[in-house]
Amino acid sequence: MADTVAGANPDPHLTGPSPVEGDPNRRDFIHIAAGVAAAGLAGGLAWPFIDQMNPAGDTLAMASIEFDLSKVVEGQQVVVKWRGKPLFVRYRTPKEIEEAIKDDHADLRDPQTDESRHKPGKAQYLILIGVCTHLGCVPTFGGGDYGGWLCPCHGSVYDTSGRIRRGPAPLNLAVPDYTFLSDSKIKVG
Amino acid sequence: MSGHSTYEPKTGFERWLDTRLPIIRFANDTIITFPTPKNLNYWWTFGGVLALMLGMQIVTGIILAMHYVPHVDYAFNSVQRIMRDVNYGWLIRNLHANGASMFFLAVYIHIFRNLYYGSYKAPREVLWLLGCIIYLLMMGTAFFGYVLPWGQMSFHGAVVITNLIGALPIVGPSITTWLWGGFAVDDPTLNRFFSLHYLLPFVIAGVVALHIWALHVPGNNNPTGVNVTSKTDTVPFHPYYTVKDGFAISVFLIIYAAFVFYMPDALGDVANYVPANPLQTPQHIVPEWYLLPFYAILRAIPNKLAGVILMFGAIATLFVLPWLDTSKVRSMRYRPTIRLYYFIFILDCLVLGVCGAHAPDDLVIPGVSGLQFLDADLNSYVWLSRIAALYYFAYFWVITPLMGLTETPLPVPDSISAPVLSHPASAPAGAVASPEKRG
Repeated sequence: MADTVAGANPDPHLTGPSPVEGDPNRRDFIHIAAGVAAAGLAGGLAWPFIDQMNPAGDTLAMASIEFDLSKVVEGQQVVVKWRGKPLFVRYRTPKEIEEAIKDDHADLRDPQTDESRHKPGKAQYLILIGVCTHLGCVPTFGGGDYGGWLCPCHGSVYDTSGRIRRGPAPLNLAVPDYTFLSDSKIKVG
Repeated sequence: MSGHSTYEPKTGFERWLDTRLPIIRFANDTIITFPTPKNLNYWWTFGGVLALMLGMQIVTGIILAMHYVPHVDYAFNSVQRIMRDVNYGWLIRNLHANGASMFFLAVYIHIFRNLYYGSYKAPREVLWLLGCIIYLLMMGTAFFGYVLPWGQMSFHGAVVITNLIGALPIVGPSITTWLWGGFAVDDPTLNRFFSLHYLLPFVIAGVVALHIWALHVPGNNNPTGVNVTSKTDTVPFHPYYTVKDGFAISVFLIIYAAFVFYMPDALGDVANYVPANPLQTPQHIVPEWYLLPFYAILRAIPNKLAGVILMFGAIATLFVLPWLDTSKVRSMRYRPTIRLYYFIFILDCLVLGVCGAHAPDDLVIPGVSGLQFLDADLNSYVWLSRIAALYYFAYFWVITPLMGLTETPLPVPDSISAPVLSHPASAPAGAVASPEKRG
C-alpha cells in the first residue's frame, strides 16, 4: 500500500529513498490514528449508554431499614420489604434451633454451621433475605420436610437455618448485613 | 428481487418514478408476478398469517401504549382502566393479549412445516437463520410484554427469567442487577421493559424484511422438496397465492376471534389478575403456554446453571440444524423412516409443554407412586420432562444426522410437475403414491 500511495500521490515531505514495502508512512499513521480515535470515542460513549441501566443514585440511597424484633412471636416469621426484596425475620423455637444445630455436619450442598448464620447469643432470631437462590421466588414459611421453607416455584427445600437441603437451588438463603442496635432492635443494610 | 423483472410502467408517472425509485416495480416483482411453485399446500399459508399478526400486534400495541402507565403504582390499574373505561379498550387489549398467543401458534406451525419439508436446507440456510432470530426476538418481546400488566404472574415471571442470567458464573449477579436497575425487579425494570417491548416489534419487522428478501433469492421450497426446473412448475404469486393466503387468513381470524370474544382469558393465568406483590410468590408459577416446553427443560435438571444452559441450548440447536441434517432429500414425503421420528418429535414438544404446566413433583398417573429413582418419583413430571428433553436433543443431534446417512429415501420426482403430468404407471411408485396421500 505504501508504494502505491506514494506513487499515486507523491508525498513532498518524504526524505531519502522511496519507502520499503510494508513500511508505515505518515498516511498509514493518520489512518490508524483516526481509526483508534474513533474506536476509543465509540467505546467511551458506549459505557454511559450501558451504565445508565445500573441502579441509580436514589435507588442506592434507600439502602437500610430498622426493625423492632419485639413484633415477632416465638415460632413465627415476619416478612418486611428491604431493597425491594422480602426480608424474613424468624423467631425460632428451641426445637427448631436444636434441629438446625443437629444438621451442622449433615451432607449439605452449601455447608455452613447454624452458628455462623445468626448473631452470637441471638440464636432465636434468624434474619434472611427471603429470595430462593434458584430463580428468586419467595419460599413459603414452614414448608418442606425440614420445617424451614419450601420454594413454590421449583421445589427447593430449606431447613430451619435457611440452608438448602433439596431441590435445584445452589446456595443457602442469604444472610444480609445487619447489626443489633439494642436487645430488640436491628438495623439491616 | 430475483430473476428479471417483467414490470412495464404504463403511465407517464410510473415511468418517471421507475427511473427514480422503482418501488412499484419492486412491489410488482415481489407480490404480483413472483414465480411461486404451483404445488404449495395450506401449510405454506402461515407466512401470510404471521405478517398479518405482526401488523396486528404493532397496531394494537401502539394504541395500548397511549393508555398504559409504566409505573409500579399505576401499571396494574391502568390496564384495568383500559379494560373497563377506555372506549373499546377491552377489544384492543384482548386482541393484543390473544394476538400474542395466535402469533406463536402460527409461528410454531410455520416452523414445523419447515422441519417436515426440509426448507432449512441449502440454499435456504440464511432464510432459516433469520427465522430463528425472529423467533428469539418474539420470545423476548412476549416476555417483556407479559411483565407490563404488573400482576402476580408478570412480576414473578420477570423475577424468575432475570434470575436465569444470574446462573452465569462470576458476571451473573452484576448482569442481573444491571438488568433490574436496582436490587430487585422494580420500577426501573418495568420502565425499561416497556421501552424494549415497544422497540422489539420494529426490529422484528426489519428482520422480517430480510427474511422475505432471503426467501425471494432461492424462491419458495415446496411439498416435493425438489427445485423448480421450468416455468411450468410455477404460477404467479397473485392471484394464486394471494387468494389462497387470504382464505387461510380468514379461517385463522375466525379462530382468533373465537378467543378474543368468547374466551379472552382462556390462555392467560388468573394469578395475573392479582396486583404484583414482591413479598409473596404465587403457589404455582408458570409462563405462557408458548414457552412451557423450554420451561420444562429448565426444570428437568437439578442443577441451576446446567438447566439454564440446556434451555438456551434447546433454542441454539435450531440455529445449527441446517448443518446437522445430512440428508440430500428435502421433503419428508420421501423419507418414511425419519417421518416417524418427526411425528414423535411433535408429540415430544407437546409432552414437554404439559410437563412445563405441572409442578415437578406432580404424579403423571394419579395414585401410582413409590418408584423412587435417584432424586424423584419415576411417575413424576420431573422424570417425564427429563425423558422428553432427552428426545428433543436426540432428535436434532443424533437422529437427524444419522438418518441422512442410513435411511433409503423413496424415489424423488424429477420435477414438481412430473408426478402430476406423467401417467401413474410410468412414474416412480413412491413419488406418485405419497403426494396423493399427503395432499
